[in-house]
Amino acid sequence: MSQSPAILRYLRRLAGFMLVYMVLIFATGYVFRHMPPEKPFAYLVAVLPALPILGVFWTIFRLLVEETDEYMRMLFVRQSLFATAFCLTIMTMWEFLQNYEVVPAGNGGFGAAFFWFIGLGISAVWSRITGSDGPCA
Amino acid sequence: MKNRLKSLRAERDWSQQDLAERLGISRQSVNAIETGKYDPSLPLAFRIAALFDAKIEQIFEAEE
Repeated sequence: MSQSPAILRYLRRLAGFMLVYMVLIFATGYVFRHMPPEKPFAYLVAVLPALPILGVFWTIFRLLVEETDEYMRMLFVRQSLFATAFCLTIMTMWEFLQNYEVVPAGNGGFGAAFFWFIGLGISAVWSRITGSDGPCA
Repeated sequence: MKNRLKSLRAERDWSQQDLAERLGISRQSVNAIETGKYDPSLPLAFRIAALFDAKIEQIFEAEE
């Protein structure tokens, strides 16, 4: 099936931001290992890999605006809502587990964005397998 | 909401993809409307009605 122009733009933007992310995550790691920057410059360097992730969020929300097929747009909105609910659930439970020191502090590199994308993936796969409108329906 | 989309499409020997292309929407959307999983917006319902040269209420019917 041919993809809508909005989906094609989404895929192009996604590929671009993921490429930038791969470059920045390795470059930033290299910089902090071999020539750690001083504060306040360290703040700037440390958040560099977060910028393409923000770009991915922008890409997803632009898809919701640009997709002209109303049914597909509804599916994407529901997937985003499920991802948000999934992420908030995991992060809230994790926070309480840490508060009572049941699990160690820190997130091991798995932040809110990671769980949001996991939620988005679960919802998309659920939609595909069951043929339903997703777990949010 | 019930609809006669599938029978109207069959009368013209159109596939779901044919109808989707004529309406400028995806095949999944046509399938979702035909199977009653999704009720189209008013503008899309008007486009569907215009394509089949019918009134909206001749295609879509509220379920009791």
